[in-house]
Amino acid sequence: MSTLPWLHPERVALLEKGLRERILVIDGGMGTMLQGHQLDETAFRGERFADGHDSTHAHDHPGGCDLKGNNDLLTLTTPDIIRGVHEAYLEAGADLIETNTFNSTRISQADYHLEHLAYELNREGARLARAACDAFEAKTPDKPRFVIGVLGPTSRTASLSPDVNDPGFRNVTFEELVTNYTESAAGLIDGGADLLMVETIFDTLNAKAALFAISELFRERGARLPVMISGTITDRSGRTLSGQTAEAFYYSVQHARPISVGLNCALGAADLRPHVQVLANTATCFVSTHPNAGLPNAFGEYDETPEQMAAVIGGFARDGLLNMVGGCCGTTPAHIKAIAEAVRDVAPRTLPAQAKEAA
Amino acid sequence: MMPRYTRLSGLEPLVITPGLLFVNVGERTNVTGSAQFRKLIKEERYEEAVDVARQQVASGAQIIDVNMDEGLIDSEAAMTRFLNLIAAEPDIARVPVMVDSSKWSVIEAGLRCLQGKGIVNSISMKEGEELFLEHARKVQQYGAAVVVMAFDEQGQADTCERKVEICARAFELLTTRLDFPPEDIIFDPNIFAIATGIEEHNNYAVDFIEATRELKRRFPDSHVSGGVSNVSFSFRGNNVVREAIHSVFLYHAIRAGMDMGIVNAGALMIYDDLPEELRERVEDVVLNRRADATERLLEIADNYKAKKGEAVAENLAWRDKPVRERLSHALVHGIDQYVVEDTETARLESARPLDVIEGPLMDGMNVVGDLFGAGKMFLPQVVKSARVMKKAVAHLIPFIEEEKARTGDAGKSNGKIVMATVKGDVHDIGKNIVGVVLRCNNFDVIDLGVMVPTQKILETAIAENADIIGLSGLITPSLEEMSQVAREMQRQNFTIPLMIGGATTSRAHTALKIEPHYKSPTVWVKDASRAVGVAQSLVSKELVDNFIAKVKADYAEVRERHRNRSGGKPLVPLDKARAQRFTTDWAGYEPPQPKQPGITVFDDYDLAELRGYIDWSPFFNAWELAGHFPAILTDEIVGKQATELYKDAQAMLDQLITEKWLTARGVIGFWPAASTGDDVVVPLDGGKTVTLHHLRQQVDKPTDRPDFCLSDFIAPKPANKQDWIGGFAVTAGIGIDEHVARFEAAHDDYSAILLKALADRLAEAFAERMHERVRREFWGYAPDESLDNASLIDEKYRGIRPAPGYPACPDHTEKGTLFQLLDATRHTGIELTDSFAMFPTAAVSGWYFSHPDSQYFVVGRLTREQVDDYAKRKGWTREEAERWLAPNLDYDPD
Repeated sequence: MSTLPWLHPERVALLEKGLRERILVIDGGMGTMLQGHQLDETAFRGERFADGHDSTHAHDHPGGCDLKGNNDLLTLTTPDIIRGVHEAYLEAGADLIETNTFNSTRISQADYHLEHLAYELNREGARLARAACDAFEAKTPDKPRFVIGVLGPTSRTASLSPDVNDPGFRNVTFEELVTNYTESAAGLIDGGADLLMVETIFDTLNAKAALFAISELFRERGARLPVMISGTITDRSGRTLSGQTAEAFYYSVQHARPISVGLNCALGAADLRPHVQVLANTATCFVSTHPNAGLPNAFGEYDETPEQMAAVIGGFARDGLLNMVGGCCGTTPAHIKAIAEAVRDVAPRTLPAQAKEAA
Repeated sequence: MMPRYTRLSGLEPLVITPGLLFVNVGERTNVTGSAQFRKLIKEERYEEAVDVARQQVASGAQIIDVNMDEGLIDSEAAMTRFLNLIAAEPDIARVPVMVDSSKWSVIEAGLRCLQGKGIVNSISMKEGEELFLEHARKVQQYGAAVVVMAFDEQGQADTCERKVEICARAFELLTTRLDFPPEDIIFDPNIFAIATGIEEHNNYAVDFIEATRELKRRFPDSHVSGGVSNVSFSFRGNNVVREAIHSVFLYHAIRAGMDMGIVNAGALMIYDDLPEELRERVEDVVLNRRADATERLLEIADNYKAKKGEAVAENLAWRDKPVRERLSHALVHGIDQYVVEDTETARLESARPLDVIEGPLMDGMNVVGDLFGAGKMFLPQVVKSARVMKKAVAHLIPFIEEEKARTGDAGKSNGKIVMATVKGDVHDIGKNIVGVVLRCNNFDVIDLGVMVPTQKILETAIAENADIIGLSGLITPSLEEMSQVAREMQRQNFTIPLMIGGATTSRAHTALKIEPHYKSPTVWVKDASRAVGVAQSLVSKELVDNFIAKVKADYAEVRERHRNRSGGKPLVPLDKARAQRFTTDWAGYEPPQPKQPGITVFDDYDLAELRGYIDWSPFFNAWELAGHFPAILTDEIVGKQATELYKDAQAMLDQLITEKWLTARGVIGFWPAASTGDDVVVPLDGGKTVTLHHLRQQVDKPTDRPDFCLSDFIAPKPANKQDWIGGFAVTAGIGIDEHVARFEAAHDDYSAILLKALADRLAEAFAERMHERVRREFWGYAPDESLDNASLIDEKYRGIRPAPGYPACPDHTEKGTLFQLLDATRHTGIELTDSFAMFPTAAVSGWYFSHPDSQYFVVGRLTREQVDDYAKRKGWTREEAERWLAPNLDYDPD
């Protein structure tokens, strides 16, 4: 699959040029920004979902569902707000924008009886981000802006049992995940994403299903996009939820020949450092990270200020660990601005040469 | 420069650097290679199958090979099930998996379960290049390395030339057509059996070795692997010669560049340790150095089959070594014959008596601890080592006391642990084993024994300034008792760690019902082999924080998963379950009438007769030796230990029967009975009745499968049939205390534990034999039944004997009613504790049901509706019912 041509070769050339020159900046949290809008049920539903279900789609259950909290749906119901968030991050200095598609899989949308929207949410999510990026790029053509099509982890885990009495039990299979991710990734590609990112990986087997789906999709279409992979170290044990160390995680996904591998979410930058270091030491591709704004406090809020976070990340950068950096839960355009400034004049991590390239 | 190393992963990375020299791939989780594993998978004994994998990793396998290719097994399903199960065991899942099958669909099923980067074993060009490339591409997409077998359209390569030619062609295709990384390619140039008597086979090992040399020269980033045990196939039955062949073969193949192999990681012999004569003749065969090599190896092969002479020679040899080494040898091999004289010699050579303990004795025990931790020694050996240690220490104590009196100096220990079997419970075999293992590792263990009330445990912990409290229990009410101890520790502001162990305890129960009540570290310990690691982590300043953080996170996750569990089907309402009861044509059924109704007492049952009825498998399990009797005696991993243990057990049985250490007593009875709803009513003389209460399954089943309750097997009142129920209580433990005390006084825990385990087995055998006689004589409904012991163990007879407190009737308190009906305490000497555990522990009691369709089942989870109903029938409050039925509740009581 690594022998397929790029779908957008000129975009990849720009991206690779940027990555060789400097540390690229990814955007920050979407959820944090949406909370600021204090949207109610009516706002989430918009016109099309006014009755709690899709008025344009036959539905097989009585009544409607509460849709508040289905952030990805806002792409369809209040696209201006989502585009506003993208623009705020572009304004703050982000080179790469993540689509609002973290939960846009059949499995996750099933919680709202909206599984039929999976493809549409991804395509529209990518289009919104595309439009925002294109507008900014038109203003400053020397600074290209890229759309990262986001594939989230889903709410299920393929290598952990949800039943304490039966460790062999699974509530999702690899094949189901492949089907889910194929549909979502197709939407992202059709909506114009420059890259795909499998992110917030709690369970590497889910990610492997996503990568399998992506590789099949690329083969079908005869062209590929660069793929970013970002895992999640769930706590200070230093492992993913499914038990892997950062190094084991990287070896498990290396076959996808990603453009970058990294870590995001769950921890603040300071706690992520040793694990980012491991990736910087072992990865033959670029390294990314987008941490949370510290650990949540007792109220589930993130306290780390833009200055604090930028100071830690600046340290990462100066020590040569980074190629791409951004923010996850609790981060705002102010955080991204501070981070962009902290890494602006620091050289990116150089890729290690690999002995005797394969034929 | 990033070197092109093969980078695999389980939960942890495995980078194959040249420094590793040779990567062991564990072969025992392979149904085609291990009869034991095949049996476990066929019988769906997955828990034991998982233990085989654990054993492999513990004995050094860096990767485990998993193969489910067997005609009678649904290989895809078995592969999926097994890989999912080991994914939940961090001590197994840390290593990468080699998915081994000749069927592509099975390989794919396996790849879909691996979060790490594993290896596919194998693909080949047997069906042409296109299929080969398609499979290879899939392998790459799933993220695995691949074993390529030297097999093409013409067949499997046997000569060096063909092996190299096929592998080179495969390499070319993979790297040019697919961009497959060379480091992810592993060649298997086919290891075939040598010394088969067929001349063409003589050069097979040489062909493999030479092909390996050439392949590594041409493709240095790739690897060469193979299934090593194939080479010695013709010496099946002679493991010494087989291991010698493996060792010689590997020695030469590794030098030629073989850097991976599927081997029995625990059994490899060291090339240098092979007897000269054997090594030379094996080498002749492996390297095909002379025409008569096979005959010459066969000539001597039998000498190595029986190793008795060798063992004697060894015995004499170690006595000539210096005293330090003699002590170490005695400890590692568990020989207590000379230990007192050796200890005395060592004492005379040392400045202080304590130096003997802290020097040679502790050194020896450290070796034992390491070997045990690495899975190279087994529990019975460790307990024997402890016996040697105890004897040595006992000899030294008077001298140490004397010195202490002079100087006021004492020795240091790892930490102090107060251990107890909780109130209401009398089972202590497991706890005693844990105590022995901890003492071996230099912990100070204060064992309060059985039925210990909370306050006594806590007071002792304070008085002794203990570092850890350990609780044990076997029966289900003990779970609730442990939870109470935890609450009480919290209330009294204890902060020392709490360890939980025993057969019915579990990680889930500890996480859900014990740990939340005690703020300080609370850790469940799965078995004796884990106890030392846990205790050491808890007392070590360096380890404790990390360890506890991990445990806490682990338990929080268990609780979280429990909250979110979606696997358990919801239960059905009680009336629906009752409507779906088991029924039969009562009108057309004639209940058998007992030949000897009322009570029959057996005062002093013949132990020699019971001996033949022993079910040995649980005996080995009590010693943490996994496997089934008699196969366990020849098991490749634990067979040697199992055989030794079995020999010791037989010797002790001989002695305890001739010297009458134990008395077996029993009582049985039959009473007229009729079922009303879920109860069984037994009329007594004088118009009174006794009601036996039972619980019903509430499982959501298809209508043709009943929700069982034991009362279903007794004719209901309206049927107007004279039906009967029976009961029994038997023990083989009368008189055991004096002998256990005798062994303990002699510092012989091994014999003490052995005796208790045997008494347990004899009591079970008594129950089995009595049930047989009941069917044939006393109830007499199967006078012509004739089954051998294996069939008895498999329950191939009519009728059941469920025991209160076990799955079909989980309420322990019904044992009280059973004992009243039988007047069991007066007739047998068995007493019941507050929690309805029987004492002596070597005792069995239960009900007899005679209906031909009666069967064992698991009542399982209960709704509050049934608990309330049951409470009403028993005359209990809801709280009482919830306390006694705690393990079965489907809900969290308020």
